[in-house]
Amino acid sequence: MSMDRRQFLKITGISSILGLGASVASATHPIWMPGVDPDLVSPNAQALTAKRWGMAVDMTKFRSEADIKRVVEACHSIHNVPDFGNNPDGTKNIKDEIKWIWKAKFKQAFPEQATELNEHLEEAPFLVFCNHCDNPACVRVCPTKATFKRDDGAVMMDMHRCIGCRFCMAACPYGARSFNWRDPRPFIKKEKQNRKYPTRTKGVVEKCTFCTERLAVGQMPACVEKAPPGGLVFGDLDDPKSAIRRLVSTRYTIRRKPELGTGPNIYYVIGGR
Amino acid sequence: MLEKALVGSKRYWMWMGLLAALSVVGFAFYLKQFTYGLGLTGLSRDVSWGLYIGQFTFLVGVAASAVMLVIPYYLHDFKKFGKIVILGEFLAISAVLMCMLFIMADMGQPMRFMNIMLHPTPGSVMFWDFLVLAGYLGLNLLVGWVTLGADKKGIAPPKWIKPFIYLSIPWAISIHTVTAFLYAGLPGRHFWLTAIMAARFLASAFAGGPALLLILALIVRKLTKFDPGKEPIQALAKIVTYAMFANVFFLALEFFTAFYSGIPGHTHAFHYLYHGLEGHTEMVGMMWTSSILAVVALTMLFVPQVRRNEFTLVIACVALFISLWIDKGFGLIIGGFVPNMMEQVRPYWPTFLETMVTVGIWAIGLLVLTALYKIAVSVREETAGVEIDH
Amino acid sequence: MKLYNGGLIITGIVVFLALAFFPFYYNIGKVNAKPEPKLEPAIKMSEKRFGKKQCVEPREFMRREHMVLLNNWRDSVVRDKNRRYSSEASGKTFNMSLQNECMQCHSSKKNFCDKCHTYMAVKPFCWDCHIEPKEKEGSKS
Repeated sequence: MSMDRRQFLKITGISSILGLGASVASATHPIWMPGVDPDLVSPNAQALTAKRWGMAVDMTKFRSEADIKRVVEACHSIHNVPDFGNNPDGTKNIKDEIKWIWKAKFKQAFPEQATELNEHLEEAPFLVFCNHCDNPACVRVCPTKATFKRDDGAVMMDMHRCIGCRFCMAACPYGARSFNWRDPRPFIKKEKQNRKYPTRTKGVVEKCTFCTERLAVGQMPACVEKAPPGGLVFGDLDDPKSAIRRLVSTRYTIRRKPELGTGPNIYYVIGGR
Repeated sequence: MLEKALVGSKRYWMWMGLLAALSVVGFAFYLKQFTYGLGLTGLSRDVSWGLYIGQFTFLVGVAASAVMLVIPYYLHDFKKFGKIVILGEFLAISAVLMCMLFIMADMGQPMRFMNIMLHPTPGSVMFWDFLVLAGYLGLNLLVGWVTLGADKKGIAPPKWIKPFIYLSIPWAISIHTVTAFLYAGLPGRHFWLTAIMAARFLASAFAGGPALLLILALIVRKLTKFDPGKEPIQALAKIVTYAMFANVFFLALEFFTAFYSGIPGHTHAFHYLYHGLEGHTEMVGMMWTSSILAVVALTMLFVPQVRRNEFTLVIACVALFISLWIDKGFGLIIGGFVPNMMEQVRPYWPTFLETMVTVGIWAIGLLVLTALYKIAVSVREETAGVEIDH
Repeated sequence: MKLYNGGLIITGIVVFLALAFFPFYYNIGKVNAKPEPKLEPAIKMSEKRFGKKQCVEPREFMRREHMVLLNNWRDSVVRDKNRRYSSEASGKTFNMSLQNECMQCHSSKKNFCDKCHTYMAVKPFCWDCHIEPKEKEGSKS
């Protein structure tokens, strides 16, 4: 099959003109790069879909450090996130560090709400990761649309397109983004490598993607699967009947730095039951 | 006219040879960084921009400052600047070139550079910064070359160049405003999130750029038969003085807002830079050096006798230039990243490699600048005594 | 008209031409075997899956356009949430994934991709990130 007349017309003409104004997704392609014929491609039938994906985090459901560690490790091993190990003095090597989800103290995750009078709360562990904001600053500043917001709310990275300018890292108010300061491959243990998922190359930015590769095949995000029941609730915030929406509508929750107008979609349930 | 850069004294060639050698050394270090990745710099996920972006920001200011010669000469008919306006335009060319090289050095995937054009994103300030910088480089090349070429022939420059000269004025303002917008529009970076950022940038640019130009003009006068004249130097000195006063005033305004309001996020960066935070005092020495030099320079410039004496004037300008270089080329960037978004102090310091790449890029800039100045000066020497009205 | 420094200029041109054409006369008379990427494993796999020999699109198209197809798949998956591709020629559907689809049948990078890429001195950056299948014992070429 060569590129026949029909296909040629389709690619150069109709698809680009219609695509330009028709859908958000097509607007990510410049008109001179029409891409694949839209009639030939489709999402998986079993894919999980939503209008606005969000997550509720209830740290009271995490009974031990091990519960937290299991979640972090599940994410990092499934996504081939490298581990740069420790410094000679035993502290964590933060020079090249890459992380998608990690444990932070309350006073670090919510600095403007911390109070010295409640030492227990200040030091309490919280899982933090990308907030998949409604109005993401990282997407706004990216000069190549390498990071972009999908119509289901996930803030996604296109590692193929990222030029490594790190403007998004300066823009993100949550420190959710990591940069590949060097080739990550040697720091992904061979036996832990997930051969169904790519690694990254040096010089690109990465972060939590809400496990878009798992949503596409009908699976929940890896962290949700590995968390204790009710610890991480994932779902469609725009669906009034969803578990996450009912939880957020009825319980007291806080978000990280909502005053910045970024519209974070990760809700932290306060006061466990 | 290019051939004028190819003939010169032994001293000229030794200087060019030194700069070429430094460029090669810098490039060799860059190749190492290119192969390994940016991990060879002192940067981390907490301080993700450093010396390279600082130098870029500082040099955009130097480039924009050419407008301080263009405005008086072309808009206010201040004839005295006739001889040195070309020095300003050529300084702008080499400064923009260095800006672009620093951006390239800072990119994680420099081979994908063209993605900025392939996937144009008008919502991104960096996209605009790229456009205005490229445009400014083109404008200055065009204007500088055409006016100098006319000078060489002893005729007035063609009429069609005038619109480009006038365009270069708002364009110069725009390059530094857009560069300030890189920082001033980011939620959560309190140190940068200030409406006065662009104004501060322009003030420091109009102080630092002309100060450098003044030093350069005096060096050129000492080494060649080209004499810019006493009056333009004094006029430049006055520009430097007023701009530096505005710059220090603006910085004081930042201090007031941060500390009178007492909002913790606004004060943290200042604490880190000028006093140290959680035991980390890496930046304190540099920042106080900058502050003291600023006060010294400004005091010297305010006293007419000191300003009129070219020897003391140069000392003041050097002090001022170093002060601004530290403040804008280094402190400004680091202050935005420390403490980080989780209010932890994760310090940054450039590595040896990073420093050598930086030296290399400055050497390339100086190499280009020397060649361009050589051309300008040779033309001027030939046409000495002939005054051409532009 | 007089040519100044004629000797130097002509010597320069000759040296330049000699260098520029070095690859051509160096290779004169040498035999360069055409690359033959191994298709057998992929054919076997597709027979198992579809009951007949079946690639995504016809072989001629794939030979010429596979890089365009892969780039289009990449954008469609990463940016537009699509995962399924139905072949224009056969209507069969495929999972748009280099690691999890293409390389499942074309199970040796060494005997398939590298055969032509090495011959053509093309170095695609797919494998900087995507993990190639483990090469089986005895598949050395």
